[in-house]
Amino acid sequence: MPLSPVRTTLGNGVTILAKQSGMTPSVAINVSVRAGSIADPRGRAGSTWLLSRVIDRGTATRSAADIAEELDGRGIALTVSVTRHLFSIICTCLAEDFEPVLALIGDVMMSPSIPPDELATRKGQVITAIRQDEDNPAVRAVETLMALLYPDEHPYGRRTKGTIETVESITRDQLLALHASRFAPGAATAVIVGDVEPSRVHAAAERVFGTWARPTPPEIALPPVARDTMRRRVVVPMMNKAQADVAYGFTTIARGDPRYYAFWLMNNVFGQYALGGRLGDSIRERQGMAYYVSSALDANVAEGPLTIRAGVSPANVDRAVASIDTEVDSLVADGITQQELDDSRQFLIGSIPRALETNAAIANFLHTEAFFGLGLDYDAKLPELLRAVTLDEANAAARDAVGTDRATVVIAGPYAE
Amino acid sequence: MHSATFDNGLKVLVSEEHTAPLASVWCWYKVGSKDERPGLTGVSHWVEHMNFKGTTNIPRDQVKGIIERFGGSWNGYTWIDQTTYLETASRDALDRMLFIEAERMANGLYDPDDCESERTVIISELQGGENDPDQLLDQELTATAFKAHPYRHPTIGWLSDLQSMTRDDLYSYYRRHYVPNNATLVIVGDVDSDEALRKAERHFGAIAPGGDIARMTTEEPEQTGERRLTIRKPGTTAYLKVGYHAPSWTGEHFFPLLILDAALAGAKGLNLWSSFRNAPPQRSTRLYRALVERGLASWVGGALIATEDPFLYTVSATATDGTPLASVEAVLLEELDRLAREGITDAELSKAKAQLRARLVFDNDSVTNIAHQLGYFETIGGIEQLSAVPTRIADVTVDQVGAAARATLTASNRTVGWFDPLPID
Repeated sequence: MPLSPVRTTLGNGVTILAKQSGMTPSVAINVSVRAGSIADPRGRAGSTWLLSRVIDRGTATRSAADIAEELDGRGIALTVSVTRHLFSIICTCLAEDFEPVLALIGDVMMSPSIPPDELATRKGQVITAIRQDEDNPAVRAVETLMALLYPDEHPYGRRTKGTIETVESITRDQLLALHASRFAPGAATAVIVGDVEPSRVHAAAERVFGTWARPTPPEIALPPVARDTMRRRVVVPMMNKAQADVAYGFTTIARGDPRYYAFWLMNNVFGQYALGGRLGDSIRERQGMAYYVSSALDANVAEGPLTIRAGVSPANVDRAVASIDTEVDSLVADGITQQELDDSRQFLIGSIPRALETNAAIANFLHTEAFFGLGLDYDAKLPELLRAVTLDEANAAARDAVGTDRATVVIAGPYAE
Repeated sequence: MHSATFDNGLKVLVSEEHTAPLASVWCWYKVGSKDERPGLTGVSHWVEHMNFKGTTNIPRDQVKGIIERFGGSWNGYTWIDQTTYLETASRDALDRMLFIEAERMANGLYDPDDCESERTVIISELQGGENDPDQLLDQELTATAFKAHPYRHPTIGWLSDLQSMTRDDLYSYYRRHYVPNNATLVIVGDVDSDEALRKAERHFGAIAPGGDIARMTTEEPEQTGERRLTIRKPGTTAYLKVGYHAPSWTGEHFFPLLILDAALAGAKGLNLWSSFRNAPPQRSTRLYRALVERGLASWVGGALIATEDPFLYTVSATATDGTPLASVEAVLLEELDRLAREGITDAELSKAKAQLRARLVFDNDSVTNIAHQLGYFETIGGIEQLSAVPTRIADVTVDQVGAAARATLTASNRTVGWFDPLPID
C-alpha cells in the first residue's frame, strides 16, 4: 500500500508531511531546517554542530532544566543531528504526548537562548568527542578521505565537529547569528508519522509554527567538485591500535543526476548485496581478511562520494587494498552481470515494505523525499525507477564512478609505509 | 500468542501482527559464552559465524541471495546466554525462512577451509573491538568482577583460543547444542498462526532431538571486597566503569533496580536488540546532573540487562578532556552511595515508571523487535514473566528500590575500572 502522506504548507512556508500509521501508539517527529554543516562560516568549522549540542538547552520561555524535565517525564530524548545540508530534531514519543512534544521541539528550533553556562558545558563535551575521534581509526580514515576528495575548504571536506581550536573560539553571539541567518520557516520541514490523524497534525503544526516569521535565507552555493584524476594514498599511523581501517573512495554524482538509480544498483552489487556484495565475497568470505567490508554511495546536493570501507589486521592491509583494486578493475573492465543486476533490483524493490515498517523509518524516508523533491508518490514510483535501469546503464555507472588509477586510498591504524 | 512444543522438544511461539505484509522468524538456542570451557572461549560465536556458510541443502554458493530475493534481511548474534538467528522478509517468504532455520539447526557443513577463513575474520572482529577503549574496559571489568562464573570471559573469546580452536571443536559444539530440544522458534508477522505452526512442523518436525546438555552450575561466590583495575594504554580519552553484581531476570531485586537505573541514568527499556538505538531520557537524572552538567563527564550511562544468571549492573562515564578520572569516580560513587543511603523519591519513582512505560512501547515497534522479545525472554528463563513486565514495573515501591540499592550498591560488591590513557607518541 502506498504511503500517500498528506502534505500541507503553512502560510509562512513551513512544510508539513503527515502519515497516519497505527502500528504502535507512538509518533515519530522529524523537524528539519536546511541549515547543515555547509552553513558553517569560513574559519569556524563546527559552528552548526556546536549549535546542535546547545540548541535544546534553553529557549526564550524554557530553561534547560524545564526541557530536561519535560523530556524525561515522557520517557523520550531528542536526537539533534547535523548532516551537510540539514539540521534535524528527531524524536519518537507516545501518541498521547504528541502535541506537547511538537510544541517543545518547535520552541527549541525557533527560539534557542543559548545560555552561556550551557554553551561552556557543551563545548567541553564537543572537545572530548573530537579527542575521541582523534583516537578512532575509522573516523580518521573517513575524515582524511573526505578532506582529500573535497579539498580547498569545500564544505563536504570539512569535519562536521570542527577542530578544538575552532570550537573553543566560537562565541554565543556567533551561534545566535548563525541561527538567525539560517533557521526560517521557508527552510523548515516537519514530518510526523504515527498514531495521529493528519488533521490533528496540521492543527498542531499551525499552533506551533504558524507565527514564526523570518525571511527564507538564500541557498548556499557550493564550489564545484573536481573529479579525481590521479591515484593518491595517505597513511595515518595510529600505532596504539589493533586494527587498521581502510577508506578508499571517489567523488561521483549528485542525487538529482538521472543516472542515480544506475549508480545505486551498481553500488549494491559491488559493495552491499547480502554481506557486502562483490567486495564482501572476496575480502571477507573468500579471503577471511576483514570483519567488515562494504561500499556506500552518498549522492547529495553536490556530487557525493562512493566510499569503500574495510577493517583489517595490519598484516593484511596491503593484501586488502590489492583485493579492492582487483574488484574495482574487474568492475570497470567486465562490468556486473545481468543476473547480479536482477538480484540486487529484486532485493531493493522487495525490501521497501521492510524499510518502511516503523514510524521512525517512514519519517526518515519522507524527509529524504521532501528534501530532494522526489514527489509524494516516491515510494510507489521507486520500483519502476529501479526496474528501468539497464545493464548498460549500470556498467556505464561503474566506469564513470570508479577506477584504480584515480582512487584515493587512506589507511588509518597500526601501519606505516 | 500461540505456543506449541513439538515431539522433538522444539518450542514454537507464533504471534500474529497484521500491520505490514512482513514476517520475522528467529531461531534461538540456549547456548552462549557462559557454556564455554577454558580453551574453547569464543566457540559459541564462531559457531554462529559458521552457520551462515552453507548446509547440505543450501550449498555454499547459494547462501548469498537466499533471503535477499524476498527483499529480506538476516542477521544473528551471540551473547552470554544465547545464540540467535533471524530473517525478516515478505510474508511470502515464511516457508523459505523456516527452511533456512531448519537447515541451520540440522545440516551445517563446516567446511574446513571455511572454518580456517573465518578464524581471521573473527580475529579481525576482536581487534576491531580492541580499537575502542570503552569496549576494552568493559571486557576487562567483567573479567575482573567474575572469578568463577563463565560470564567472566568475553563472548568474542580470548585470542589464544581463537588461534588454536579446530574445526572438530566447532563441529562437535554445534552438534551438541543445535538440537530442537535446546531451541525456540519464533514467528511474528502477517501470518496465520495455525498455518505457521503447520509449516514449522513440516520443516522441523523430523529433526531428531539431542541428548541432555550438561548445564554449567557454577555460581559466582559473593564478592568480599572492592576490586579495581586500571588499563594504561596510549589514547586520548579517559573512561570509567563501575560494575556491581546484580540479580538475574528472575531475581527479587531486578525490577526495583530497573527503576533505580532510570533514576540514575535514564530508562533504556528491555530490548537488547533495539533499545540502544534510542538514546535514553536522562537529562534530569542524578548521574547526568552530577557528572555531565558539572562538566566532569561528556557522557554517562547505566546498564542493567536481563540475563539468566546474576550478571552486572554497570555505570559508565567518559571523562571530559582534562578531567582526572579520580574526580569523576569520586562524584559518581558519592551519588551511588547517597542513593544507597537515602533511596529515591516518589517523584523519581513516578518518572521512572512513565519512562519505562514509553520505552516498552518503543521496544515493540516492528515485527522484528516483537519477535526478538519473545525469543530472548523464553531463552533466558521462561516467557511467562514478559507479559507481566508492565505490572511488575507498576508495582515497584520506593521501599523496594531502597532495599535493592542497599543490597547492590555496596563497596564490597563493586569493581571499579579505569582506562587511563597514556600520551600517544
